[in-house]
Amino acid sequence: MTTSTSLVYLIALPLFGATVLLLAGRRADKWGHILGTAMSASAFAVGVYQLTQMLGRTNESRPVTQKLFEWISVGSFNVDAGLMLDQLSICFVLLITGVGTLIHIYSISYMSHDHDRRRFFAYLNLFIAAMLLLVLGNSYLNLYVGWEGVGLASYLLIGFWNQKPAYATASKKAFVMNRIGDMGLSFAIMIAFATLGTVSFDGVKAASEHASTAALTAIGIMLLVAATGKSAQFPLQAWLGDAMAGPTPVSALIHAATMVTAGVYLITRSNFIFDAAPTAQLLVVIVGAITLLFGALIGTAKDDIKKALAASTMSQIGYMILGAGLGPVGYAFAIMHLLTHGFFKAGMFLGAGSVMHGMNDEVNMRKYGALRKYMPITFATFGLGYLAILGVPPFAGFYSKDKIIETAFNAGGNKGIILGIVTLLGAGITAFYMTRVMILTFTGKSRWDDEVHPHESPLLMWLPMAILAVGSVTSGFLLSNGDALVNWLAPLFAEHGEHAERLQPMVVSLLALAVVAVGIAIAFFKYSRQEVLAIAPENVSVFTKIARQDLMQDKFNEAVFMRPGQLLTSALVKTDEAVIDGAVRGVGQMALGSGSVLRGIQTGFVRSYAALILVGAALLIAAIWMVTQ
Amino acid sequence: MDFAAPVLNYSLLSPILILLAGALIGVLVEAFVSKALRPITQLSITLGSLVLSLVQVWRIRNEGSTTAAMGSVIVDGPAVLLQASILIISIISVFLIADTEQFTALAAALPGSDEERHALQSGNQVTEVYPLTLFAVSGMLLFPISSDLITLFVALEMLSLPLYLMAGLSRRRRLASQESALKYFLLGAFSSAFFLFGAAFLYGYSSSITFAGIHDAVNGAAGNDVFLLIGIAFLSIGLLFKVGAVPFHAWSPDVYQGAPTPVTAFMAAATKVAAFGAMLRIFYTAFANAQWSWTPVLSLIAIITMLFGSLVAITQRDVKRMLAYSSIAHAGFLLSGVIALNKAGLDASIFYLFAYGVATVGGFAIVTLVRDSAGEVTDLNRWKGLGKRSPWVATSFAVFLLAFAGIPLTSGFIGKFSIFSAAYESGAKGVVIAGVLSSAIAAFFYIRVIVLMFFTDPVEDGTSVEIPSSLTQITVAVSLIVTVALGVFPAPLLNFITDHAIFIR
Repeated sequence: MTTSTSLVYLIALPLFGATVLLLAGRRADKWGHILGTAMSASAFAVGVYQLTQMLGRTNESRPVTQKLFEWISVGSFNVDAGLMLDQLSICFVLLITGVGTLIHIYSISYMSHDHDRRRFFAYLNLFIAAMLLLVLGNSYLNLYVGWEGVGLASYLLIGFWNQKPAYATASKKAFVMNRIGDMGLSFAIMIAFATLGTVSFDGVKAASEHASTAALTAIGIMLLVAATGKSAQFPLQAWLGDAMAGPTPVSALIHAATMVTAGVYLITRSNFIFDAAPTAQLLVVIVGAITLLFGALIGTAKDDIKKALAASTMSQIGYMILGAGLGPVGYAFAIMHLLTHGFFKAGMFLGAGSVMHGMNDEVNMRKYGALRKYMPITFATFGLGYLAILGVPPFAGFYSKDKIIETAFNAGGNKGIILGIVTLLGAGITAFYMTRVMILTFTGKSRWDDEVHPHESPLLMWLPMAILAVGSVTSGFLLSNGDALVNWLAPLFAEHGEHAERLQPMVVSLLALAVVAVGIAIAFFKYSRQEVLAIAPENVSVFTKIARQDLMQDKFNEAVFMRPGQLLTSALVKTDEAVIDGAVRGVGQMALGSGSVLRGIQTGFVRSYAALILVGAALLIAAIWMVTQ
Repeated sequence: MDFAAPVLNYSLLSPILILLAGALIGVLVEAFVSKALRPITQLSITLGSLVLSLVQVWRIRNEGSTTAAMGSVIVDGPAVLLQASILIISIISVFLIADTEQFTALAAALPGSDEERHALQSGNQVTEVYPLTLFAVSGMLLFPISSDLITLFVALEMLSLPLYLMAGLSRRRRLASQESALKYFLLGAFSSAFFLFGAAFLYGYSSSITFAGIHDAVNGAAGNDVFLLIGIAFLSIGLLFKVGAVPFHAWSPDVYQGAPTPVTAFMAAATKVAAFGAMLRIFYTAFANAQWSWTPVLSLIAIITMLFGSLVAITQRDVKRMLAYSSIAHAGFLLSGVIALNKAGLDASIFYLFAYGVATVGGFAIVTLVRDSAGEVTDLNRWKGLGKRSPWVATSFAVFLLAFAGIPLTSGFIGKFSIFSAAYESGAKGVVIAGVLSSAIAAFFYIRVIVLMFFTDPVEDGTSVEIPSSLTQITVAVSLIVTVALGVFPAPLLNFITDHAIFIR
């Protein structure tokens, strides 16, 4: 293993930015955003440097490690705080810092009217640092620290405008639902330590070869729970839509390009566990399949542009999870889709932000229309992202999504047929709802109010959008040309034999394009040919109503988690109050303050305390007597 | 009759002597310096002698000796570590004590009397709390290095008497404060009597008052075991009282609540280090080979203490009482380090004492900041939404609570983890199970406070957060840094403790 001393700068630079901005307070208002952007950009530079170093080495010696310090060393439990950069983490490092820097630049302009812009940049830097720690940690425990860190940053950023109670509630919801996932991760770590005796990636990998399948399955399922929480997968998906309360750059960076893909990273990183635990792997595929349809269906009924995109994110991550669940053949394709998605989804979110910027922060697409003329650059960049997500050749999604569909078909047996159909169907619905977004926003007649004056966004905003659009166009080709990414990542994953190809890649692509064309056509006839109402119609089918309600996910949560929880809490409070109210009051000053189950002891009278000591002494003597007899 | 002058090794005793000198000068300052200059003079003298004493502890850290004062005290690795912990905790507590708002203007005046009002209005604030602190700290330094029963008793009284007085100095709710002081005194005297009685029995058993002598007697099985057992039991009562273990804990919630908060902080943190330090020395040296007799009983006390502290803390509505019960629970956790009776247990206990002490001072420092027009607001219901109004204060408090709860990345996690694994290695599985269970219960009420601060809407009732004085800021900042640093980089300190913590007999 090669060692390096410069890995730590990847994390230290943005962390330094966050610290300075938080501690300096208002004094940093003038230059805070510049420092934040510079820190993110320098982390990107370090990442690029590491990549060039890595390219210069052979496959086996590419991973780089750096031991920071001995973290916990108690008895037989030793964990070093160490970093590891290998072929997988470098992909994430470049995505996080690259897209992160673009979004920093965008935010300079987007947040320029917010008097708390400095704090916003501090949180963004904090997020970058935590996310880098997540993908660079060399053990599950180090990953966990980053995992919690991004959760915190996400919470702070969703609630950034927490003066609005609805936004504060949204951040709380995201926080609580993520806790469930985090419990999963901590259980996974505990089981790993109890059964394998180690929590480092290398150690677990080595130990997993002769561990029992039961233990690995348990670890795998717990890791999956963690992934569903962080990546907004079924059944912990409900928070993502509400997370859109955060400023739009946050949605682009955290809730589209990077943090929500941490679950995919976790599963891919733990490939040796899932490969050895088929049950857990099957569950991964099922979760991915359900979520990709679930998200797509929600996407069809959303009038809020950001929520439509959020539903789309959920669905696209479903594709990645599904890909990662297909085993060694699928890991690389999951990562490829993750990277291309990082470009086109971040680009579209920034586009949505640009539209909102020109439309007085209106998010309802029914109040848009005909914006193509007023925002040509936004239209062009958003349009390129649209073509990429649809999977139209030669745009990025064509290479990455079709590979997942193809691998799904080739999974063999009924499983392959079902997964193949689900992924195809998902592609069709995606085409429908994304076309709907395009039509409602950019074409047709204008439906906005008179006082709105749409205009194109300034340079600092459209430039990042343009760069991301270039990525949406080219990244797929670049990553798959000559199987570049697959070969790059191959040393990390188990060998896999050639699968019998059920369908030729060409056939899959044609099938996918056909389904996409159908989706586009339906949307076109429904929204372009007919008048779109500025107010959402009420007399719609029951399916639309359910989809508008996010497929009842909140009702489900309320019934299953919230009500019982509330009952438990109120029962606790009642007991608490009964006990407190029942407390004897008025004997000595002190008794007023005491109210406990064991109140008989805490009377406030010194004589009873002394008696207690006496009784205790007697019992002590008696106990010693008994023990020694 | 021959009379040999005692040989004293002054450099080894100097940490204590410096504090005593500082305290005596403080008494003179109280009498002769004008009232305007008094607070600043007292603060400088107190801080100066504490820092000087700490420097001296550092300088003698490798000069272990059994004969510093004719065999009455032992200076060794654990002694130095414990003394340094006590001094560091005292220094950051003194910054809180410097807030004269907390202390009555004239402790001798009757509560509510004209005399008191006059003293307050004329600004004639007495500052006897500083010399009292120094006297108490010097007793605390002596307590864990005593190596015979008489010195141990003298040290116990030296640290206790000033604390009884300090508990009664509160400016607000003076009756409650005085009541708590009197209670503390009466019960302390009662437990001291047990302690002395136990010392007498141990002398009867071994014909020696030194720990080494008792150790030899236990090894030789020379005396009457009944004497030994009663001796250990009664001596333990005196020590268990000081650390607040159940059923000798009853004073602590009342005193914690009644005493001025800076004093509570000092008392809760520093006394615990001193008392556990002494306990570790006695049980690890004098009684080590009588393990069969005391381990089961002490385990039982540890289990009851942890569970009782955690369970009762849940029902508390007052932040100071909650912290008091939490401190009872922590006494139970610490007892598992005594029970472990191995090197790992000793190392872990010393680490835990320091980490817990610092976090405790920090936690109480935050309590002093949340006030309304009538003084501190300790009713937890009025802490609702503190995170929205004062994010820094609430976040700091949250970090201390997480440390108490033993959440990773705080010093509390490392402390709990190492102390429980030491106890587990020594075979005390029941204690460890109870410990983990009560940690889980305890986490509930710590996190409930965090939820209250961050996820509940504020109530408008005039509760406000004082802008912290720069001294209080130092206390909070130091405690915060230590708490987080020991959670993230515990290895240097753990290694330092492991290298140094070896008892010599």
